Amino acid sequence: MKNIFSLNVISGILNTMIALATPYLYAAIGEVFAQTAGVVNLGVDGIMLLSAFAAFYVALVTGNLWLGLLAAAVVGLLMGLLMSFVSVSLKAEQGVSGIGLYMLGLGLSSLLFKVMIGTVKTIEGFKPVELPLLSAIPFLGPILFRNNILVYAAFLLVPIAWFVLEKTTFGLKVKSVGQNPAAADSLGINVDRIRYVSVCIGAVLAGLAGASLSISLTNLFQDNLTAGMGFIAVALVYFGGWSPVGVLGGALLFSVVNSFQLWMQVLGVNIPSGVAVMLPYLLTIVALCVTVNRVRQPAALNKPFERGES
Amino acid sequence: MSKTAQEVLKRKTGRVEMRNIVKCFPGVRANSQVCFDVDPGEVHALLGENGAGKSTLMRQLYGMYRPDEGEIIIDGVPTSFRSPADAISAGIGMIHQHFMLVPTLTVAQNVALGQASSRGPLLDLKVVTARIIELAEEYGLKVDPEAFVWQLSVGEQQRIEILKALYRGAGLIILDEPTAVLTPQEVEDLFKTFRRMVAEGHSLIFISHKLNEVLAISDRITVLRDGKVIGTRAAKDVSRSELVGMMVGREIKALDPRPREAGVELLRVEDLHAMGDRGMEALCGVSFAVRSGEILGLAGVSGNGQRELDECLAGMRKSSGGKVLYKGRDISHCTLNERVDAGMAYIPEERMRDGAIREFSVQENVFLHDHESPEFRHGIFLDFAKMRSHAEALVHDFAVKTPSLDTPIKNLSGGNIQKLIMARELSRKPGFLVAAQPTRGVDIGASEYIHQRLLEQREAGTGILLVSEDLDEIMGLSDRIAIMYEGRIMGILDRGQASVEQIGFMMAGVEMGEALSAR
Ligand SMILES: Nc1ncnc2c1ncn2[C@@H]1O[C@H](COP(=O)(O)OP(=O)(O)OP(=O)(O)O)[C@@H](O)[C@H]1O
Ligand SMILES: [Mg+2]
Repeated sequence: MKNIFSLNVISGILNTMIALATPYLYAAIGEVFAQTAGVVNLGVDGIMLLSAFAAFYVALVTGNLWLGLLAAAVVGLLMGLLMSFVSVSLKAEQGVSGIGLYMLGLGLSSLLFKVMIGTVKTIEGFKPVELPLLSAIPFLGPILFRNNILVYAAFLLVPIAWFVLEKTTFGLKVKSVGQNPAAADSLGINVDRIRYVSVCIGAVLAGLAGASLSISLTNLFQDNLTAGMGFIAVALVYFGGWSPVGVLGGALLFSVVNSFQLWMQVLGVNIPSGVAVMLPYLLTIVALCVTVNRVRQPAALNKPFERGES
Repeated sequence: MSKTAQEVLKRKTGRVEMRNIVKCFPGVRANSQVCFDVDPGEVHALLGENGAGKSTLMRQLYGMYRPDEGEIIIDGVPTSFRSPADAISAGIGMIHQHFMLVPTLTVAQNVALGQASSRGPLLDLKVVTARIIELAEEYGLKVDPEAFVWQLSVGEQQRIEILKALYRGAGLIILDEPTAVLTPQEVEDLFKTFRRMVAEGHSLIFISHKLNEVLAISDRITVLRDGKVIGTRAAKDVSRSELVGMMVGREIKALDPRPREAGVELLRVEDLHAMGDRGMEALCGVSFAVRSGEILGLAGVSGNGQRELDECLAGMRKSSGGKVLYKGRDISHCTLNERVDAGMAYIPEERMRDGAIREFSVQENVFLHDHESPEFRHGIFLDFAKMRSHAEALVHDFAVKTPSLDTPIKNLSGGNIQKLIMARELSRKPGFLVAAQPTRGVDIGASEYIHQRLLEQREAGTGILLVSEDLDEIMGLSDRIAIMYEGRIMGILDRGQASVEQIGFMMAGVEMGEALSAR
């Protein structure tokens, strides 16, 4: 028991936490955009799966990780266009459209994997980049500043997303179409277009989330690689109160628990692995019950917009 | 100010003409063969009962609906607007009957929304704020650019709407019942604003149910009834009664409540304190009592604590001190439902937000409170036949214009929604009623009807707190008048004790003694 709380283990747990948080950050911050504009996209997990496959396959075939990343983003964009077409243009029920998108991503990624790759292979993913000076800070340095580029980018995304939502005209439009689309429309804002763009931003980020999983975190692809991470990301949006900073908090909390249980298993601490794996999910549910602040929920969330209804 | 707006200001808006407009909704022909035009620099008023089709006509001019038939001609050029964006860039602005504001954003953000920014993709709220303050001063519109819209009273929200249009510098501004929420003094100020705008070459389309306002500000007046134009008159050659005749086709009786001996004390409010949404004290020690069979009028400019008081009485807001006694029982901590069960009723100021569910049908909205009442139940099932006949009776009695009982309430015209809520609350035969702005946005015929109903309730022994910014309404109906200013009651007067001007002074914060000695 003594060595569990040694400095090394703690630093290991934190290091894993940072890596684990990466895909959640991409996916959940993307979902913040979609939901702030009033669209719940439950298909995040499906987008992640298909993009993770695309990134892995392209990287495997070409040997170029950046091309893999690009492929993931393109797949994300296409899935985002599909989601917005169905839920914004056709005004279909968002929850159902999202689940449909998830099934599509799940099935298609699994099929393509069987046809095009066949067996589980690994590649060499993005390598850690040590930031000079910073990584020399004792204890924190190695945890924070010895990560790969996708990890840094995920954390940079938090202030960027905050800036875009709070400080730009686009962000203001996104918020207005999620809160009161009729008001936005009456000022000449194209509600559908803003929703398309927001959903697509979310989907591209979900695509990057998938890539960060397959070519940076695990460096492999297999059936249902995400195991529901996309759904956790959606939950994190509620947990984080639709704010990028809140989402960051949620992602870190979730990941630290997850990382803790992984390390416990590695160290052979005697808890049933089922219980250990359940821990982070349980925590998510509890945290959601305690923290969700409906006041901040976009008022038009889940509501298609039709002009002249007020 | 956007570039287009400046151009429009320079060239003034030309003549705008709507020709033979037809617009149908399921079950209603909202406009049929309507012709309407506005000359540059003109104020053209649009009159008509609730549901006559005024808002519908204007929404077509603002690009929100497309006419089924007919044309819109601007400066001689037939135009077709695909969206409000097109109308805005043609120099048309509209202030909507139901506010088009985003409650979670600040005033400045609402004004900036959809406008190009001087810093490209980045918001320039400082510039916007400066411009708002400039405009606000120029036109005498008191606003706080940093406040969140959800914290504002209806009157304040209206000012933001007006500012939004001014900010966009529209040449032709459509005002769909802009004065419904303002006090006489505020209306006077607003009219000064309008006159200045007209002098600069703006044209205005002005919708109101208040004839004296319409006669005071307009050059021409067009009356709509049931979607058709009844006629267009020059304001200087038309009389009030002729207009009423055109609108409703019958005489309207003046209010004349018989003096009446009030009964026992029903409701007593003692030193009530409550916080407003902005975290400041909105009620600072309010005390008054209402007896049965009495109407206590509460006059005041909106935003002086009336809304908070109504909500405290209804049980929708927590008081931070003091007591509310109903029939001698302390109900300060009772829930809304407990109060309703005790016989209190509430007609809210924000009827769309607090009084109705937009997506629900007319019938469902009638039963928001009473769906659990044994009268409308068979065991655990709802008695739909009975509910339907009850809803039918209410719709008929209150002359609510609706295509059917199953129409979602959001498709009714503003005045008809108010009538329906009124019908619902009064049909429950309350012991005590809070009526907040009960006739705001309601046409003359229906106002008369609502006033009669309130007086009937008074006859029946209901105690009524009538909150209104319409001094004529307050003076006409109330047995006693309380004047509210900055969260306090400035004084309580008997009917006939003070003139409109004196009450107006007290509404502006002048002490009672001073106001009563003023001539
Ligand atoms: N979106 C809609 N769908 C269906 N019916 C509608 C819709 N909008 C308006 N109507 C109907 O069209 C008619 C005209 O409504 P409109 O809102 O133009 O009246 P109005 O003259 O503005 O009345 P008010 O003074 O009460 O505002 C009404 O019968 C209304 O029920
Ligand atoms: Mg109207």
